[in-house]
Amino acid sequence: MTAGDVDSREQQVLDRIDRARRRRPKVREERITMAHGSGGKATHTLIEAIFLDAFRNPLLEPLEDSAQLSFNGSRVALTTDSYVVSPLFFPGGDIGDLAVNGTVNDLSVAGATPLYLSAGFILEEGFPVADLNRVTESMRDAATAAGVHVVTGDTKVVQRGKADGCYINTAGIGLIERDVNLGVARARPGDAIIVSGPIGDHGVTIMLARGELDIEADVQSDTAPLNGLAGALLDAVPGVRAMRDATRGGVATILNEIARAADAGVLVSEDAIPVRPEVRGACELLGIDPMYVACEGRLVAVVPGEDSGRAVAALRAHALGAEASVIGHVTAGQPGIVQLKTAFGGTRIVDLLVGDPLPRIC
Amino acid sequence: MRFVDEFRDADKAHALAARIAALCEPGRQYKLMEVCGGHTHTIYKHGLEDYLPESITLVHGPGCPVCVIPMGRVDDAMHLASQPDVIMTSFGDMMRVPGSKGSFFDAKAQGTDIRMVYSPLDSLKIARQNPDKRVVFMAIGFETTAPSTAMTMLRAAAEGLTNFSVFCNHVTIVPAIKAILDSPDLRLDGFLGPGHVSTVIGCRPYEFIARDYGKPVVVAGFEPLDILQSIYMLMLQLSQGRSEVENQYSRVVPWNGNMVALAAIAETMELRPYFEWRGLGFISQSALRVREKYAALDAELLFEVPGVRVADPKACQCGEVLKGVLKPWECKVFGTACTPETPIGTCMVSPEGACAAYYNYGRMHRNRVLEITQVSRS
Repeated sequence: MTAGDVDSREQQVLDRIDRARRRRPKVREERITMAHGSGGKATHTLIEAIFLDAFRNPLLEPLEDSAQLSFNGSRVALTTDSYVVSPLFFPGGDIGDLAVNGTVNDLSVAGATPLYLSAGFILEEGFPVADLNRVTESMRDAATAAGVHVVTGDTKVVQRGKADGCYINTAGIGLIERDVNLGVARARPGDAIIVSGPIGDHGVTIMLARGELDIEADVQSDTAPLNGLAGALLDAVPGVRAMRDATRGGVATILNEIARAADAGVLVSEDAIPVRPEVRGACELLGIDPMYVACEGRLVAVVPGEDSGRAVAALRAHALGAEASVIGHVTAGQPGIVQLKTAFGGTRIVDLLVGDPLPRIC
Repeated sequence: MRFVDEFRDADKAHALAARIAALCEPGRQYKLMEVCGGHTHTIYKHGLEDYLPESITLVHGPGCPVCVIPMGRVDDAMHLASQPDVIMTSFGDMMRVPGSKGSFFDAKAQGTDIRMVYSPLDSLKIARQNPDKRVVFMAIGFETTAPSTAMTMLRAAAEGLTNFSVFCNHVTIVPAIKAILDSPDLRLDGFLGPGHVSTVIGCRPYEFIARDYGKPVVVAGFEPLDILQSIYMLMLQLSQGRSEVENQYSRVVPWNGNMVALAAIAETMELRPYFEWRGLGFISQSALRVREKYAALDAELLFEVPGVRVADPKACQCGEVLKGVLKPWECKVFGTACTPETPIGTCMVSPEGACAAYYNYGRMHRNRVLEITQVSRS
C-alpha cells in the first residue's frame, strides 16, 4: 500500500466524521448529566436539540450571548444568566459580583450599553443572613462599577438540602447605540482573533478555592465588567466582527463557535495566548488545558486583519486589557475546525470540550 | 514555566528531528510503539508527529489504564455502586467508560452515589466523614497508581476503618507487552518504555524484550523533547544493530525502581492467575488482587460481585487499536458511531486513549498540517 492510498483512505474517514459532526444534534442520554452544564459539546447539543428546537425563532437562532431586539427604531440587547458557583466566596470575588458582571458582559459583547438588571434569588433554608448581606453588597458595588441598576427581583426559599446555599439569576437589558452588527458568523478568513488578557484565572481560582486539591497558588478570579473595555474597542475599531466573553468552556469553546458559525477555519498560536504562570502551573499539575478553563472578565474579539494593531492598542490602553494580544486568525482552510500551533512547533486540533473537568464554575 | 518549558523548546526539537531523520535508512519503514497512554497524549497534544519523517510510524500501545478495563468489570463496579449505603469513589477518567448499561456518569444521574477523587486517600476522608456508609474505591491503573492504592489500604488498616474497601483492578504492564510481542499480526521495531510505570518497577523488567525478542527499549519521559530524544535513542540503537534497554527518563526513573513502593504493593496485593483485558482477552498473571491478609478491605469479598463477562461491542475494534494493528481512524466506527461524547470503546474515553487523542487533537491530514505550518511561519 502506498502512502497515497493511506492518505486518501484517511481523508475518506475524515470526511465521514465531518458529515457526522454536521448531523442534527440529538440528546442521547436519558437523564441530564453534569456534562450538560459544562459549556462543551454536551451543552451545545442540549441547547440545539432541546431548547432551540422548542423555542426556535429568528431572534434566538444566532445563539449569541444576548438577543438583539428592536423597539420603535431603538436596538436593545436582552440576556439572562444563572449563577451556581461553589464556593460562594472566592479570591477576587463572590457569587454576587459574578452575577452582575456576567450579565453586564453578555450585554457588552453585543455592543450594548448595559442599563438595567433583574435579580432572582433561590435561597436554601438555613443560609446565613450575614452571607446574603455580603453577596448583595458586592452585587451593589459591581452594579455601581458597571453603571447599571438592579431594578426588579424575586426571592424563593427551598428546604434545606434542595439548593446549595444561594443561587442567583440575573437578566439584563442594554441599549445598542452604536451602528454595529456583531456576530461570530461574520468572521472572515484573514480576520484577527484577540483576547483581552491572561486566560483561565477564574476557573483555576475556583478549583483551588474548593480546597479539595491541596494546591495553593496566588491567583484570583478575573471577574470584571467588560462594558468599558468593549466600548473602547468599538470606538477604535467600528468594524469589529464579533465579541464574546470567555466563560464556561474557556477560549477554546469560543474559537469553536467562531469556526462553526463562520464556516471557516481558525488557527491560533499557543505561544501568543497569555496565561499566567500560576495558572499554567496549576493546569499542568491537574492535567487540564487552560484553553478550556473559564474566565469571567476576558473578551475575545474578531476584527478585520488590517485593524488588529489598532484594536490591540485600544484594548491595552484600558486597565482591563493591558495584556491584550492577537492569538490567531480566521483561515480559509478546514471549515469548522480550530487548530493550534503548539509552542513546541507541532499542530493539533482544539475541539469542543467533552465531559466536565470542573462543574459549577459560575 | 521552569522545569517544563525547557522540555518543550522548539529549536531543540528541530535539531533532534534532523538527527532522527538522518538515522533513517532510505526505503526502510520503522514502527515504534509508545507503550504508555501518557506518551500518546503528549504526542498528540504537542503535535509531535509533525517532526517525524514519513518513514517512522508511532504505534499506540496498551498503556492506558482506562482503555484496558473490560466491560464486565465496569458492570461489576456499577453493581457495587448501586448496593445500599455504598459510596463509590473513582478517578475522573473512569466516569465516562461505558459498561453494558451505561457509564458512571449515567449511574450518577440516576442517583447512584459516585464521587470523583484525585487521590485514593480522598476516599478515606469520605469514609471517615460518612461512618454509616460503605466507601468502595474503584482502583485502576498500572504499577503507577498501585502504590497509592496500597498506601491507602495500609493507612485504612492502621486506622481500623471498617467502612472502606477497594475494588481492585490494577494491572501490570509487562505481561501486556509480552502479549503484544507474541501476537502474530504485528511487527514492531522498538518500544518507548512507560516512564511513570518505570518510576516504580525500574528498567530491569524490560530486559527480556531486548534479550529474547531483540527489540530495543528506551524508557521515556513525558515532555515532548523527552519523547523525541527517546525516539532518537531508539533509532540510534536500530542503526547500530543494538537492542538494549536504555533509560532516557533517568531524572525520575531509578534503574531498580522504587523499593518502598514495590514493598507496599507486595504487602497488600498479589498476582491474579488471569485477568481479562479489553481487546486483548485473558492474560495470565497480568493483574493484582487484594491479599488475603487484607480481606477486610477487599470489595470483591465483602460484596457479591456478579463477575459476568460481557463481550465487547461487535463494531468496536479497540483490541486491534490497542495492539497497534489498526490506526484509530481505521476502526469501522471511529468518529461516527464512536466519538468522545458517545464512546463505544474505551480507547475513545480517556484523554490517554489512542482514539480520543487522535480524534481530539490529530484528526487532520498530515500534509495539510505542513501547509498550515508553512503559512503560519510566513
